[in-house]
Amino acid sequence: MYGRTLAVLAVLAVAACPWRIASAEKARPEAVGPQTNQPGEPNEPNEPAPARKGRSGLTGYVAAEGRLFFHDPLYAGQEDNNGSLAAQPEYYYQWNNGALFTFTPFARVDSVDSERTHWDIRELYYHYTQDWWSVRFGMARVFWGATEFVHLVDVINQTDLVEHIDGEDKLGQPMLQFSSSVDWGSLDIFILPYFRERTFPGREGRLRPELEIDTDHAIYENRDKERAKDLAIRYSRTFGDLDLGTYLFIGTNRDPLLVPADYLDPNDTADPRLIPFYERVTQLGLDATWASGNWLWKLETVYRKGYLDPYVAATGGLEYTFYGFAGGKSDVGLVAEYVYDERGDDPEMTSIFDDDLFLGLRLSPNDLAGTQVLMGFMQDLGDPENAVSVEASRRFGDHWRLSLDLWLFLDAPENNVIYYIRDDDFVRLELAYHF
Amino acid sequence: MCDYRARLSKDGHFAMKRTLIAATVAAIVGPVLCAGQTPEEKGLAIVREADRRFKGYGDAISRLRMILRNKQGQVSERELRIRVLETPDDGDRSLSIFDSPADVKGTVLLTHAHRSEPDDQWLYLPALERVKRIAAQNKSGSFMGSEFSYEDIATQAIEKYSYQWLRDETCQGQDCHVIERRPLDKQNSGYTRQIIWIDKEHLRTLQIEYYDRKDSLLKTLTFQDYRLYLDRFWRPHDMNMVNHQTGKSSQLVWFDYAFRTGLTENDFNQHNLTRIR
Repeated sequence: MYGRTLAVLAVLAVAACPWRIASAEKARPEAVGPQTNQPGEPNEPNEPAPARKGRSGLTGYVAAEGRLFFHDPLYAGQEDNNGSLAAQPEYYYQWNNGALFTFTPFARVDSVDSERTHWDIRELYYHYTQDWWSVRFGMARVFWGATEFVHLVDVINQTDLVEHIDGEDKLGQPMLQFSSSVDWGSLDIFILPYFRERTFPGREGRLRPELEIDTDHAIYENRDKERAKDLAIRYSRTFGDLDLGTYLFIGTNRDPLLVPADYLDPNDTADPRLIPFYERVTQLGLDATWASGNWLWKLETVYRKGYLDPYVAATGGLEYTFYGFAGGKSDVGLVAEYVYDERGDDPEMTSIFDDDLFLGLRLSPNDLAGTQVLMGFMQDLGDPENAVSVEASRRFGDHWRLSLDLWLFLDAPENNVIYYIRDDDFVRLELAYHF
Repeated sequence: MCDYRARLSKDGHFAMKRTLIAATVAAIVGPVLCAGQTPEEKGLAIVREADRRFKGYGDAISRLRMILRNKQGQVSERELRIRVLETPDDGDRSLSIFDSPADVKGTVLLTHAHRSEPDDQWLYLPALERVKRIAAQNKSGSFMGSEFSYEDIATQAIEKYSYQWLRDETCQGQDCHVIERRPLDKQNSGYTRQIIWIDKEHLRTLQIEYYDRKDSLLKTLTFQDYRLYLDRFWRPHDMNMVNHQTGKSSQLVWFDYAFRTGLTENDFNQHNLTRIR
């Protein structure tokens, strides 16, 4: 009797809320072992099953580039324009346990500047990974920082300045890196056994100071020269909306002081030229990014103590993005950043940006061609010194990308770094095949 | 609406006494069972149950082919690998690894979804070896130039919408619940509302209509080729988004699904993005 009533009740309750039938259907015991597809419904037959031991790949690009300078060269030996070919393939093998081997050589052949014809090993390392720690050794690239225009805290790799004046290209750095990631943050320890010297445009190249930079005779504060060991320890952590990183670096300064040869040796009889001088420094750095709504707030600051007086430099700013701008698919980003350097911009060219404002506009139409446009404007707030850059690129088909960069050095008072390249306004066109 | 009283009165073949007992007990138990049968609560309850059934997979990996078509029929393809990890007290962790087009190969998008707060998102740019945080509160931006916005592909945390059951309807030949959901964070959504068709048997989403900020129909997303994994988890293998205002469409074809592969939180740590290939 009771049983029947309950049964009726159950039917009624279920009838009242039909979707509950579904909910009453208890989750079945969890299947153990490998996933099982529904019988008769295999994965797409065209697709190979995932590899067992690991996966490898060959990727990268080859590119042809031309640079057109709008004015005649200022200095003896410089050429008007240049063309070049570059390639950067990457081979990698990733084991299923996460370990990674990768090899990324780079080479460029330039029609004009023998210094710009150069090669490098961007990456050649083995990275062993356990759940919470990892070890990497070999040549590698490490980026630290938050801001868009000036990268103050990024210290591990040397700048491949002959590549591009924006300083974003870096040389591979030999390293032994130990990393750990646990609840309270990530700790990285780097032992850097070999120093890489900065590349500069050669005698024939544009975008250089009046005096040629003699990269073959660089001098060092440490008698072990490039073999002096560097050490870096970095701690980073995310607190919700905030990414924080801080580090200590003890080693050879990646930024050389450029010293006239006859200042170092009054008896020097060769042509006047600049000698890179690499000091030893102790550097503390801090970088932070805070995301709030469509805003990103960014800060980088360093304290550096070396051969010259200790100093502090900082850069920071904000970025706001309008998503789906004007009801469409485009994203529009605005960037404003300021750079301060305690050293000021002195004639010895120790710093370039001391009291400068950067404004940027980023356009991403989110089209099939993956078009990107980034416009930048730099204004020194102390001097009438300013510059404009435009970087635009789009894809053609699945493999080609065409890039157009425009750099204009508008005003440059004497004794300012930009003064030396005041007539080097240029447009750069690059066509790259990616694979 | 909870209509058991009406149904009860129609069941004339029941003996009066039995009916009375049943009615009495149902009157007490019914409201508990179908607690709060306003359209809002019914909608929420269905979505809650669908969510409960979707979850519990631990982690999943899959591959994804994105086929973008414009009005003229021109086609462009992208390929990605997707890794997702469930977390016990928060939203999912997910990685999207871009395999093509070649110029963005190796780019990784990491998302830490949160139930009620804005998600955290980072982008790894392999050319610079740089991990960049991106502002992730506004999700109306296009994902890889497709008709999908970040909002459309993100895990849909229940807490971020309000719900209303609208009606029952047949959809793809199956009995479906039709539910409307409205984003609570109106400012950062591209939509005023979405209408969802969920099949009654397995509570799988079969179709979503997206209404833009002017409340006109913008897009329709259709889910097809559902397959069952681990005897328990239904996953669509074909999702087609049609933009009615532009005539463009984007199709997502999923394959090589695998569940419980042993991913951990560390695989979804922004610090470790550089080692993904």
